[in-house]
Amino acid sequence: MPDNMPLLSVKNLCKYFPAGRGVLRAVDNVSFDIRQGETFSLVGESGCGKTTCGRTLLGVYTPTSGEVYYNGTDISTFSKREKKLFGKKAQMIFQDPYSCLDPRMTIGSIIQEGMKVHFDLSASERQNKAEEILRKTGLRADFASRFPHELSGGQRQRVGIARALALEPDFIVCDEPIASLDVSIQAQIINLLIKLQQEMGLSYLFISHDLSVVRHISDRIGVMYLGGIVESAPAEEIFRNPFHPYTQALFSSILSVDSDRSSGASRIKLEGEVPSPVNSPSGCKFRTRCKYAAEICSNISPELREIEKDHFAACHLINK
Amino acid sequence: MENEFYSDDFRIIGCEEESGEAIGRAPINYWQNGWLRFKKNKVALVSSILLGLIIAMTIIGPMISGYKMDIAALTTRNKWPSAAHWFGTDQLGRDIFTRVCVGGRVSLLIGFLGAVIVVVLGSLYGGIAAYFGGRVDTVMMRIVEILKSVPHMLVVIMISIVLNSRSIPTLLLAMTITGWCSTAQLVRSQMLQISREEYVMAARIMRVPPLTIVLKHLIPNSLSVIIVNFTFRIPGFIFGEAFLSYVGLGVQSPNTSWGALAAAASSTVLFYPYQIFFPTLMIALTMLCFTLLGDGLRDALDPKLWR
Amino acid sequence: MAVLLDVKNLSVSFRTMHGEVKAVRDVSFELHEGENLAIVGESGCGKTVTSKAILRLHDRSGGIVSEGSEILFEGKNIVRMSRKEIGEIRGNGISMIFQDSMTSLNPTMVIGKQIAENILIHKKTGKGESLSQAKKLLELVNVPDAAERMNQYPHQLSGGLRQRVMIAMAIACNPKILIADEPTTALDVTVQAQILELLSDLQKQFGMSVILVTHDFGVVANFADRIQVMYAGSIVERGKKEEIFSDPKHPYTWALLKSIPGRHQGHKGELYSIRGTPPDLLLPLEHCPFSPRCEYCMPICKKRRPEEKYMTETHGIACWLTHEKAPRVDNPLKIGGEARAR
Repeated sequence: MPDNMPLLSVKNLCKYFPAGRGVLRAVDNVSFDIRQGETFSLVGESGCGKTTCGRTLLGVYTPTSGEVYYNGTDISTFSKREKKLFGKKAQMIFQDPYSCLDPRMTIGSIIQEGMKVHFDLSASERQNKAEEILRKTGLRADFASRFPHELSGGQRQRVGIARALALEPDFIVCDEPIASLDVSIQAQIINLLIKLQQEMGLSYLFISHDLSVVRHISDRIGVMYLGGIVESAPAEEIFRNPFHPYTQALFSSILSVDSDRSSGASRIKLEGEVPSPVNSPSGCKFRTRCKYAAEICSNISPELREIEKDHFAACHLINK
Repeated sequence: MENEFYSDDFRIIGCEEESGEAIGRAPINYWQNGWLRFKKNKVALVSSILLGLIIAMTIIGPMISGYKMDIAALTTRNKWPSAAHWFGTDQLGRDIFTRVCVGGRVSLLIGFLGAVIVVVLGSLYGGIAAYFGGRVDTVMMRIVEILKSVPHMLVVIMISIVLNSRSIPTLLLAMTITGWCSTAQLVRSQMLQISREEYVMAARIMRVPPLTIVLKHLIPNSLSVIIVNFTFRIPGFIFGEAFLSYVGLGVQSPNTSWGALAAAASSTVLFYPYQIFFPTLMIALTMLCFTLLGDGLRDALDPKLWR
Repeated sequence: MAVLLDVKNLSVSFRTMHGEVKAVRDVSFELHEGENLAIVGESGCGKTVTSKAILRLHDRSGGIVSEGSEILFEGKNIVRMSRKEIGEIRGNGISMIFQDSMTSLNPTMVIGKQIAENILIHKKTGKGESLSQAKKLLELVNVPDAAERMNQYPHQLSGGLRQRVMIAMAIACNPKILIADEPTTALDVTVQAQILELLSDLQKQFGMSVILVTHDFGVVANFADRIQVMYAGSIVERGKKEEIFSDPKHPYTWALLKSIPGRHQGHKGELYSIRGTPPDLLLPLEHCPFSPRCEYCMPICKKRRPEEKYMTETHGIACWLTHEKAPRVDNPLKIGGEARAR
């Protein structure tokens, strides 16, 4: 594998769902790369398609069109054996620490579920491995005999991470893994994710709406609006110098501890509501709420183009 | 006040190691936790004890009463409840307590067997529909909807007339022939709901074989719903049998059931109300207890209420 | 500023299958006219239970307000009020908005009617009058095309618009106090800012007092005047916003502020995190509830509960570190112990 080849590469991915008479364009022409050991984040408001995108990558949904390449191979052309291997190498961590664990299974059997499929181990070997993974995620080994309802939200989320790690993956989709946790527990989970990444060279697709967390954990960030990526750039770069009007509005509405609205810092106000993804606007999807919208925006859909090195935006009105 | 404070109390020792992550309580599994919750529900607990008593009564009642259910005695016709005859006697002088006990066997047997048949059939049918999904699911569920749209009692009455037989198996056949449909719908929707849960999605992503997912996740998680449905179905069959016996399509003499007892007593209800009172009471009590028990089980076994 | 609401020694508990959960433990605070008081804390700290107790919303959910608790509103004790009196207050004196606007609105009734009905119950106006008032209210909370929205059902509106409708209903009868329980938690960032700005505009316009219940320090930093930090059912630190953010004194407040990403750590650097989990509220907790997780825990902390000590008139801390015999510990946020890694 050449050094510069991304681990995972998404090309023009589309996922449409039938919705009554129309078509819901949940993911519309999305492309991005994730390199080994890197965190790529998708941010955006609810309904922008970031979760659908993550699920389509892992084959939960079949893409309407477009390709996903894993180590340079299109995953839709995988043989049965390769498909199984992809099921080992690519994992997911979920948002809801309650519904992501089967209430009838012990923590130990939850972690061993995937091992049974992918490893040829004896029962005691599996058990040892599960306990080792529990310790790695900061839980006590005797949790293996517990049931999910006996654990707190943060502990459950660690079990969710342990289940993913058990298969020794190299790529994990983290779908809002901290959204339903308390601030102090959030920090624990973020630390754990970063530590595991550094130790095991994991790549993450991190899906979140919490921009300050995303800024902390990501190497690169893609901002999604109505199913498409409107801007993508390295994390610090996109926060320092957002190009797209939507990114600017989104970032300016972050309420951080350091900002103080009463002292006069102003927010870029967005007019109106997010249009429905069933009949989204022609041309640029953001034009209905964009204060810079020009005629070209309603006719031609803007493509992502490189404005500065590694900094892409989909807007007609940005000059190089 | 100040004297109580020693300087030694004011040195920083930092936080305890790991103490926060330990769980004090002993591990309890799903069914133990459900039982703990069920025990707290007084109404359901009393119902299940009462049901136990009713079942025990139908088994040992005739032995302790000292009478045979079908021995008529002209000297003791239409006697009101007394020490000799706890529930009184009927027009032929038979002990009503003994007859209620023996009739209860038939009523409860039909209740249990009927519920077992519809729940097993319905779970299999619904589970298959949910597992295969797509067109198979659509066709199977349309069939269920058509069957459900036929009036239930009409089917029951027609079958017992067509087969021209009044035995217990005929009765069961008549009542279960469309009765499994609602269980099938319930189990299917429950399984579809579970298959959308994130833990099933996680298993799919890990490429756990579909049959393993069904055995490990779908069936165990549907089990509580199936059990609850079972308890809710029993009173329906007891009532159905009582109704059919009452209109004369059910259990025939000399065999009897609560419904048949009530039917026999209805002609003399103005003179001897106790003759209809006891079998009716048993029907009502049993149905109520099963319903309350089902309610309690549903609350105790739903992990969504445990948070 | 005059005191509008005076909560004294409020304790609320719930009976569960494991025992009595003491959710709020001897909480006292005041709310002044026209101020925005934020109650901050993690889930289960008692912030929502406290705010619901003010409206006696626990009457039906089995919450037990203990003897000796007082909630004085305009001189009257809410804890002792009759059903009728409390009903009067819920409409005209104090109103509340919740996190989940979908379940708080009636799904089978159009928006306009719901607001009008609320007005009808508490004010003696005609039907037509109340409908036109409802429309005015929707305009007041910046709902676009108010006339059209009047005839829509809750599910036809977005989360942000539903929250605006909730606010319109809450302010319909000019309440003196508005309790907002996590009003923006379920909303997207761009909408969150809009809703909070709307609340703060309305507050100024009507001179309301607001109790903002939230877990989000970002929200608090931008919209609160005074802050109370709660932990395990008690207030551990309280003070003006400047006091809490620039000079916090309680280790729990330090820890919470430190664990927010982006301030003190380099990119992908380790975030500060509080070890362990909050205590089981079944326990009596006669010591400092935070002591098992506290970096600065002292033997005394495990023996006795610290009393609240006031640094300034407004800034109170319940921590043994404020005792004269305790070693001086500087605010770890200030001395730059967490220097930027990059």
